[in-house]
Amino acid sequence: MSQAGEVMSDDSERSSVGEQAEKSGQISLEEEFRASNVQEVLDKLDRELVGLKPVKTRIREIAALLLVDRLRAKHNLVTGAPTLHMSFTGNPGTGKTTVAFRMAEILHRLGYVRKGHLVSVTRDDLVGQYIGHTAPKTKEVIKRAMGGVLFIDEAYYLYRPENERDYGQETIEILLQVMEENREDLVVILAGYQERMSTFFKSNPGIRSRIAHHIEFPDYTAQELLAIANLMLAEQNYRFDEAAEKAFAGYLERRMKQEHFANARSVRNGLDRARLRHANRLFAKGGEPTSEELMTIEAEDILASRVFHDD
Amino acid sequence: MKITQGQFSFLPDLSDQQIRAQIEYAVQNRWAVNVEFTDDPHPRNTYWEMWDLPMFDLRDPAGALLEVNNCRKAYPNHYIRVTAFDSSRGWETPRMSFIVNRPKEEPGFRLNRQEVDGRAIRYTVHSYATEKPAGSRY
Repeated sequence: MSQAGEVMSDDSERSSVGEQAEKSGQISLEEEFRASNVQEVLDKLDRELVGLKPVKTRIREIAALLLVDRLRAKHNLVTGAPTLHMSFTGNPGTGKTTVAFRMAEILHRLGYVRKGHLVSVTRDDLVGQYIGHTAPKTKEVIKRAMGGVLFIDEAYYLYRPENERDYGQETIEILLQVMEENREDLVVILAGYQERMSTFFKSNPGIRSRIAHHIEFPDYTAQELLAIANLMLAEQNYRFDEAAEKAFAGYLERRMKQEHFANARSVRNGLDRARLRHANRLFAKGGEPTSEELMTIEAEDILASRVFHDD
Repeated sequence: MKITQGQFSFLPDLSDQQIRAQIEYAVQNRWAVNVEFTDDPHPRNTYWEMWDLPMFDLRDPAGALLEVNNCRKAYPNHYIRVTAFDSSRGWETPRMSFIVNRPKEEPGFRLNRQEVDGRAIRYTVHSYATEKPAGSRY
């Protein structure tokens, strides 16, 4: 009962605010912003994603644009649905997929996409294996993604210049058509590594021009990586002791100079191996470990890594 | 004569918005949406041709509506219906079926009476449209 009462009062409050706005003929931007609950998502983004300054700035800009568009619609001004197709480029492990998931949620909150789900696909899901197989396959994926976001990871694989009969070209053509004609039904996000994406765009200028937002994901600094490591551990109910944190900073420093460094992904793998050694250490020690021991990763778990012994 | 079969057939034809709302209902229930067409709308003709593939895992009616419109473009003078198939155990059958497109003129049906065995009569429903060959009926 009391809950129902609360909801009612909340509603009446909101409608009175709406009336006031109507009376004065103005709807404030702050009100609209609060009503969309977008701040919550942006805060979550700030909290859970370390660094990524340019990405966050661009997301804020898009959010602002969509809000202003909504206000314009209320003032009966012309609002063309903006093109929101995006490309995410950056090195491995810089958070492209994670941000894409958030993007679907943000666009849903802002009322730009109706359902806010994300369909994540790669070349295999789009391109068929024989003549006439590709179009139905691609169309099926597109239909599933409608009302949400279609995320194509490693999009440059769609175009294989070495094989002119490659069916990937057909997928690209269908995508182009949908990106143009069904703009209000779905948002397409292409993602991939920097260099290969730019060659992909060069050979497919049609795609490049249909994407309004080219967002680059910068590499993380050592500090940011350490913050990410702490976040990851906290998520899994682990933590570093003081010495371990220092050791891990040293580990990162060495690891970053090595080949195939994949930013946050390498951090995750490093932590997984540290957990392995942590478990092994507890096992070797025997007895009944305290919860403190179960949670704490010590310096020796990290210093045993191969990274420290290579030189 | 307006053919009445499936849901909503006694109502005026559904608008695109209404069709979208119906498909939304099917999508919410996780039913697979199909688009089918025919030029032989005899009530006993259950199996209409399929337009494209059944659409599983839709989250939004836009995809199905797109196919309805593609089918309308290809067969503007055919009957087109949308069905929603429930694959859950115990049902495994279409749960919805409604006509979304019909020819401009529907000649209707004739009732044939056949006298057999004395005074007994057998009845057949004959579609005037089927007097012409398939493909040129409407």
